[in-house]
Amino acid sequence: MKNQFDPYSNYLATMKKIGYVPRKEATQDDYNRIGFMSGLEVHQQLLTKKKLFCHCPAGIFHGDDEYDAEVIRHMRPTLSELGEYDGTALMEFKTKKEIVYRINNENACTYEVDDTPPFLINREALDIALEITILSKFNVVGEVHITRKQYLDGSIPTGFQRTAILGVEGEIQLKNKVVRLIQLSIEEDSCREISDIGHRRIYKTDRLGMPLIETVTYPDMVNPDEVKEACDYIRFLNRSTGKVRTGMGAGREDVNVSCKGGTRVEIKGVAHTNWIPELTHNECYRQWSLLRMKDELLNRVKDIDAWKIEYAYLDLNEFTNNYPAIKYAKDNGYKILAVNLKDFKGILSWFNQPDIMFAQEISDRLKVIACIEKPNMIHSEMKEQVLTEADYSVIKKHLSFNDEKDAIIVFWGPEADIACALETIEERCKMAFQCVPNETRKSFENGTTIFERVLPGADRMYPDTDSMPIPLTKEHIDNLGKNIPDDISDRLAQFIAWGIPEDTYHYLLSKNLFPYIKQAIESGADPKKAGVLFGHNLKFVEGHYNQAKGFTYARIVEMIQFCLKNNFQSPLGEMMLPEVYQYPEKDFESVLKTINFKKYSKEDLISKIKVLSSEFDKEARVNTPKNKTDWVMGKIRPLAIGNINLSELKSLVENSIK
Amino acid sequence: MENTDFFQGYKGRSLDVLKKFNVRVWGQAEMNTTRGEFKGTILPRSSNDDDEHIVMKVITGYNIGIDINTIIDMKEVGYKKANYAIPEKQFPYTEGLPHVKLFGTGGTIASRLDYRTGAVIPAFSPGELYGAVPELADICNLDTEKIFAVFSENMGPQQYIELAKAIGREIENGIDGIVIGHGTDTLHHTGAVLTFMCQNLPVPVVLVGSQRSSDRPSSDAALNLQHAMKTAGTSDIAEVLVCMFGPTSDEYGLLHKGTRVRKMHSSYRSTFRTIGDTPVAMVTTKGVTPIKKDYNKRRNDRNVIIKPYFSDKVTMVYYYTGMKPDVIDAIVDAGYKGIIIVGTGLGHVNKEIYPAIRRAHAAGVHMYMTLQTIWGYVQMYVYDTGRDMMAMGIIPAGNMLPEVGYIKLSWALGQTDDPEEVKKLMLTPINDEITEREPYNGYLVYQGGVPEVEDFIRKVRK
Repeated sequence: MKNQFDPYSNYLATMKKIGYVPRKEATQDDYNRIGFMSGLEVHQQLLTKKKLFCHCPAGIFHGDDEYDAEVIRHMRPTLSELGEYDGTALMEFKTKKEIVYRINNENACTYEVDDTPPFLINREALDIALEITILSKFNVVGEVHITRKQYLDGSIPTGFQRTAILGVEGEIQLKNKVVRLIQLSIEEDSCREISDIGHRRIYKTDRLGMPLIETVTYPDMVNPDEVKEACDYIRFLNRSTGKVRTGMGAGREDVNVSCKGGTRVEIKGVAHTNWIPELTHNECYRQWSLLRMKDELLNRVKDIDAWKIEYAYLDLNEFTNNYPAIKYAKDNGYKILAVNLKDFKGILSWFNQPDIMFAQEISDRLKVIACIEKPNMIHSEMKEQVLTEADYSVIKKHLSFNDEKDAIIVFWGPEADIACALETIEERCKMAFQCVPNETRKSFENGTTIFERVLPGADRMYPDTDSMPIPLTKEHIDNLGKNIPDDISDRLAQFIAWGIPEDTYHYLLSKNLFPYIKQAIESGADPKKAGVLFGHNLKFVEGHYNQAKGFTYARIVEMIQFCLKNNFQSPLGEMMLPEVYQYPEKDFESVLKTINFKKYSKEDLISKIKVLSSEFDKEARVNTPKNKTDWVMGKIRPLAIGNINLSELKSLVENSIK
Repeated sequence: MENTDFFQGYKGRSLDVLKKFNVRVWGQAEMNTTRGEFKGTILPRSSNDDDEHIVMKVITGYNIGIDINTIIDMKEVGYKKANYAIPEKQFPYTEGLPHVKLFGTGGTIASRLDYRTGAVIPAFSPGELYGAVPELADICNLDTEKIFAVFSENMGPQQYIELAKAIGREIENGIDGIVIGHGTDTLHHTGAVLTFMCQNLPVPVVLVGSQRSSDRPSSDAALNLQHAMKTAGTSDIAEVLVCMFGPTSDEYGLLHKGTRVRKMHSSYRSTFRTIGDTPVAMVTTKGVTPIKKDYNKRRNDRNVIIKPYFSDKVTMVYYYTGMKPDVIDAIVDAGYKGIIIVGTGLGHVNKEIYPAIRRAHAAGVHMYMTLQTIWGYVQMYVYDTGRDMMAMGIIPAGNMLPEVGYIKLSWALGQTDDPEEVKKLMLTPINDEITEREPYNGYLVYQGGVPEVEDFIRKVRK
């Protein structure tokens, strides 16, 4: 195309125009300006032997190809209890996906594939969940009602998740503010996706049905760091019970974000809390950008109801573009269409997220809704132009394309998916005139997101007719309340009071080490030293050594008690730690042998210092008191460690060489 | 509206609490309790549940229960009644598609929520069905009639007779095929009874149900309905058929003869199996593929013969070791005229009950032997005990399924008391309730864990 329009410059210009600020430079004023608002849904697997509604073992996983059988299902939308169809439900149905479940006999039974009704709820799981409900200061319900929450993406073979509210209206205390909690529910975990290609999506059922809780906050967080802080807090709180699972995928969060004038968008399955700040920052600016783009479009288009796409099937003999994806489409007998978007010039390359233009939102939807694999389109505003002059003249034969004002998309796909694809393109473009679409988005480590599906509403809830309500008596709740751990904010205050360095708190809370430190201190350990041993030394050991199977943190407490009993001094514990971590079965005396520790009395050490001191006098070339002290200290230190406090040792050395 | 409608399902103490605070079902309520504050819409309560709790739907769509003993205060701040209805859309008429009649009898084939019991109740009109399964309009032109609404286990003689007569009427009126929506528990009983009551059928009569109610996204109802309509409208198998999932996957349905089918699992989708033979055909939304070659073909005449007879003086006795003769005596004393004995192995009961069997025979009770093994033939010549029993008047019923035996004897005794007549009716098959031969692939109960079976299951979905 001969005009001067450069899509990438337009991307940069629109980024500037909407006032995008990178996260590193953003201040609270920036977030206030765009109305940053965010809430969390924190999921946490519970540590139980069995699954929630059947008697399969929980926590046994298998590889993608280790399965005994496969089952195929299709999901149809049904009415909610209040008599309405849900938006997502209808969208998912449009996609007409064939869902395949892979079943391994070790960890799934006929319940998982919905061929057996639920058994009674796992009371072990319910009690753990209730403990966390009380700990999070929720109002506990009087009776638990199992509800079905529809998921038509196939992630649960029944088409719904069994879930129940245990408490509403709780709160957590962050450093500078209180964050309100909406509710806590207990639910069954979903399948893990293996692949999703075209009209076939494959899941495995190992994780399906494992007990999970979800803590939902109000959208009280006003900047990305606060979201992370709240998320960490909830995760630490869950872990403080010692009754939840840890490790990959055991805790996952969905983050809801909106900007001023925007829409609640849910970023799903964020695997690491470290990703949260970048993700929420970018999502808020994405919405902000979509709204400015909307203003621009409304300036250009007066009658938005009348706006529609114009499209034409391209004759493959005429359309000779040799872009690899187009060649692939031709080889597979796909249809290729050109779509004219009137007045959309500069919109497809409008800033959306860092290194992402608006056009991607259309491409994402073609993949998810019309099931056309990516790359599924090219367009007139790509960073590197793919459409040639020849292509434009072919397109212009069929469409009233005005290169001063319009934009072109060329997409392809199997004939059966074309109608849905055209509808999808038009739908997304028309939404650009209205608002930020209500949707869930999938997150990536680089802080960007892509469209996942339309955000489901409350319309997808339905009572579970297979279950009876479960009353929660006062006695039971009171009993559970007796054994709950201290609040995280109390624990933080205690760490400070103990003089434990602040840089250990995150690690100590994430591993739930508070109870062990407390126990060590109660046995007589120095609070600060105990904190450092767990917060610094243990962290180092975890990163550098392999943990033995039988190792528990309680073993470290035993080690500390052993040292206290024998009046061994720090940093002997630090030296023993790698051994204890790798060989927890070994008795502590043997550990001391391994690290070459020998017992010396104070007198032994003093005589050794004297011997060393005279040795230095013979050998030294520059014999100053400082050199002498340093040299003797260097020699005596390995022998003295554990036997004597090191500052005391230093004064011993200094005194003896005077 | 009556006062009680404001408090659907509530009773006793929970009802008193709602009345005390003037809060109705569907009212938006704010509650102050000893466990904190709760806000939401008051929902009806299942009348089987206790009177200690009030159910509410909170803003996020979940339901919770509130212990009435914790309620300090409560007030209604709004009211919005939910209107639960499947969207009714006019079922479109398409020239050239077959005309199918759907009879409703109850069951979960199409259903919606019943707040009173918390369970599902059937939804049924063509408009509702079209709203839920629009694909049906591509298969046939549909007309529906709700004959009665009972749960499958409540089907009985009166319903059988009504249904048979309705089928006769509809065939005479020129319908291309009939589908009967039915609860699955006794689907095979109805399959047998209709085979005996509706003879010389010119069109298919297809019984269909669902193992998962249609209020679930993964329900088998929609696909079963499509399969049944396709069969009724287009197949040339003019028999009473049961149409249900072949495998548990959403792949194809199987058409079973009403006389040879049995529900074999309490909850699996693929619960119905043809016993001692192969199914008649496979069905997908694209069409019917026969498995058997010899079946009754569709005809253009309307010469159906309806024989709506049923005696309620027939019972079944499932033999167990240690059974005492007084069980049989009690049945005879209660006036029963026919007993289907479900015997062990090849058709045995212990000697201890022989005297009772003699007395029953002397009292003119018709007794037929069927099998607990489900598969195989009664063979009473192999052991002396079998011969003894035949001498006492027990007649072997071949490989007739026990439930089918019960249905057939009821039907026979509805027509005659004469032992020879009854015997002739019982042992002359109408549609394979007794077969002359059992094909090798008529008994396939594979055992999991065996390598070749595991291999098969992994490669071919069952």
